[in-house]
Amino acid sequence: MDILLQQLINGVTLGAVYALVALGYTMVYGIIGLINFAHGEVVMIGAMVAFTVITSLAAHTQLPPLLILLIGLVVAAPTCMLLGYGLERLAYRPLRHAPRLTPLITAIGMSIVLQNVAMIIWGRNYINFPQMIDKTSYHIGNALITNVQVAILFLSALTMVGLMWLVYRTKLGTAMRATAQDQMVAGLMGVNINRVIAAAFVIGSALAALAGLMVGTYYEIAHYQMGFMLGLKAFTAAVLGGIGNLAGAMAGGLLLGIIEALGAGYIGDLTGGFLGSHYQDIFAFFVLITVLVFRPSGLLGERVGERA
Amino acid sequence: MKTKGNFMGIPGPAWLGVALVAAALLVLPYVAGMAGTAWVRILNFAILYVFLALGLNIVVGFAGLLDLGYIAFYAVGAYLYALLASPHFDIHWPFWAILPLGAALACVFGVLLGAPTLKLRGDYLAIVTLGFGEIIRIFLNNLNAPINVTNGAQGITLIDPLSVGEFKFSTTSTLFGLTITGPQKYYYFLVVVAVLVVILNLRLQNSRIGRAWEAIREDETAARAIGINTRNVKLLAFAMGASFGGIAGGMFSAMQGFVSPESFSLLESIMVLSMVVLGGMGHIPGVILGAVLLTFLPEVLRYGVEPAQRFLFGRSVIDPESLRMLIFGLALVLVMRFRPAGLWPSRLRKRELTTEVTP
Amino acid sequence: MSDFLLETRSISKRFGGVQALADVSFGIRRGEIFGLIGPNGAGKTSLFNVLTGLYVPDSGEVIFDGQSLKGLKPNEVAERGIARTFQNLRLFGNLSALENVMIGRHVRTHAGVFGAIFRNRATLEEEEAIERRAHELLKYVGIERRANTLAKNLSYGDQRRLEIARALATDPKLLALDEPAAGMNATETAALRGLMEAIRSDGITILLIEHDVKLVMGLCDRVAVLDYGQKIAEDTPDKVQRDPKVIEAYLGGAIA
Repeated sequence: MDILLQQLINGVTLGAVYALVALGYTMVYGIIGLINFAHGEVVMIGAMVAFTVITSLAAHTQLPPLLILLIGLVVAAPTCMLLGYGLERLAYRPLRHAPRLTPLITAIGMSIVLQNVAMIIWGRNYINFPQMIDKTSYHIGNALITNVQVAILFLSALTMVGLMWLVYRTKLGTAMRATAQDQMVAGLMGVNINRVIAAAFVIGSALAALAGLMVGTYYEIAHYQMGFMLGLKAFTAAVLGGIGNLAGAMAGGLLLGIIEALGAGYIGDLTGGFLGSHYQDIFAFFVLITVLVFRPSGLLGERVGERA
Repeated sequence: MKTKGNFMGIPGPAWLGVALVAAALLVLPYVAGMAGTAWVRILNFAILYVFLALGLNIVVGFAGLLDLGYIAFYAVGAYLYALLASPHFDIHWPFWAILPLGAALACVFGVLLGAPTLKLRGDYLAIVTLGFGEIIRIFLNNLNAPINVTNGAQGITLIDPLSVGEFKFSTTSTLFGLTITGPQKYYYFLVVVAVLVVILNLRLQNSRIGRAWEAIREDETAARAIGINTRNVKLLAFAMGASFGGIAGGMFSAMQGFVSPESFSLLESIMVLSMVVLGGMGHIPGVILGAVLLTFLPEVLRYGVEPAQRFLFGRSVIDPESLRMLIFGLALVLVMRFRPAGLWPSRLRKRELTTEVTP
Repeated sequence: MSDFLLETRSISKRFGGVQALADVSFGIRRGEIFGLIGPNGAGKTSLFNVLTGLYVPDSGEVIFDGQSLKGLKPNEVAERGIARTFQNLRLFGNLSALENVMIGRHVRTHAGVFGAIFRNRATLEEEEAIERRAHELLKYVGIERRANTLAKNLSYGDQRRLEIARALATDPKLLALDEPAAGMNATETAALRGLMEAIRSDGITILLIEHDVKLVMGLCDRVAVLDYGQKIAEDTPDKVQRDPKVIEAYLGGAIA
């Protein structure tokens, strides 16, 4: 088997999911400068809601599996969007003019709250996602790609194109970009700032729901703490690409996924067996630190010059 | 600053207050002991968190650098103590040798992390420090092969307790007819160190260095324009904060007798940061309050939630562990909502009320 | 030693497609008040940022007090003796006026962590000297009564004064002021003028960027004019006012 190619395929799949989540972080950060720590939890809630819908439909109906998955998404996405809107409206908006770290602590608090709500509803154990798609594998050279991976890649690409269209071709998108540039001026120009900020949360949450469903289907497992590390990695990806930059979040996500997969596959060889694949998680952070030391604004980030 | 006629910067009348606090601190472990030894241990942890929060406060509160990996320095101190005072390598150094060494090693780690990264903008620094914290934890978790340094996820056990000659801090003994348990002994030791740490922090804040930190927090460009070497001053904040973490880690090891990577997760870093922000960033009494409150709140909830549920509903409706954390998370959100600057914010606001000194 | 305290030699600086500064050379003599004027966007603030080490020029160099400032960081430039204020005011808002000025003493004092912790005699004496000097400076600029007010709560005019006091605390040889009269009314401007004259008579050279041409012409010993990044004149105020190029730049004699 071609290990390099195989790890690349796995990495790109994982990276696509990171990218979807990273977009949520980067949109919110780009507009209000907040690290929305609870975003990973939104992904988790998306996965959990989708799980509940899918399991009960699979048990009680004869609907075709793809339709069931679709219904799962159709329920999970609005739930997450509502959740994202609620977070912004109730937790963050009142703090818009508070000291910089205040909303960060609020975000951490919300993250703890959501995790424990999920634990109360779905329990503390790992949940097995029902296998809805019969896995088939295709050969690419000497490597394998499953239909689930193909679906993840295709859907992510489609979503990202849609997002780009939204941000660069619609009025809402223009308002979002204007607000990210300068909130006050955008407000003076008649942009409804509150609406734009809420939109960033809602759109990000919809992407999170999709990512949650994908992760659940891909790994066939869900857990109330799954959002934490995933969110962390996605945030890392957003920073890696240059936070606040949509293309950067996508590039950062893909890059991080690939680095992790290759790292896991090769770390043993690289270090003569000294470090094993348990060190997989180190790669993400190690690369992040290295990149930022040499490019302080991330790969695609704008250089922010000092202003006097 | 104005030290004439005072001792250690404390004005005369305030000594009454100091005496009262001292008396309270003196009897506290016996009061807590009546509720059970567990509460004395919790008290000790509260003091450890005070150390940590004060150390992080130098970095975040004074210098305005967001550090999300602070617990890594705590881990460095804790593991150094564990390795140099346990059967793991069969080394048994005395604590007074290891604690300063732990502070120094943590300080070195602080500089190693800070030197290349301190030029990064605020939130980028946050994620880099977070990554550093995770890297340290992952290494601790996996450095059991090929050479067993940290004993991996099992951690290191049977760590020597603090001892001075034949006097051991871990056992119960009788002094002048008074029974004193292990945790109570640790308590007194910790309180003495805590008083020193608080004085140290107050002095740092009211110094040329402390003012330079605050200048950087307020406006880095302006600070540079008046000649402050921001790189060095930031590094100093990082190194000082890290040293505090290192010492606290060493004491944690000794007190606990056991360390494992689990104690040094990101959640712990976040916890300490929450103490700093919730209490009142940059304000030493506020930070102490934050640390004490956030140590006790989950514990009080642990003991209070289950009986409350049974009293209200007659049975356990919700998993008490979840409920406890849920309330904790909500408390964070609510405090930030209604006290955005923290529960006990900085002296500056207060000083504002007594403005207009006569020339 | 040359009688120029500060000399710029062919400074050029480009931002993307914009030539912010092109081959700018001039000299500031010891003890004078030197004005730098020009229409909006002429490159005054860019030049200022080059002088104080915030920007690195693409070419050319700055000689200060006989030595090149090449490669020095802003804090090192401040250490050499150039202190500045900012057009948009950059005070330490959450610190008191007194503390702002005390921080200005940082570069001329020495106490480190050891001194802070152990409060040895030298440190205590230094602290006392810092505080005394800070009070003197607040008095000097006329805001002593506001010593314990947070900088952000001071009136606009007082904030400008505080920024000057903070700059003076670094014991500068050259005080560089970026539009200090912006937003001031006539009374405040007159008081500011008195302050600048007092500073100069204490032997500190002043570089003044200003929009208020009247203030510059009445106060400065010599003036340089920038337009589109180029120096178009450098002379005494009355000669500069009559220079056709300058009149051209200001759209047909809007000055004087």
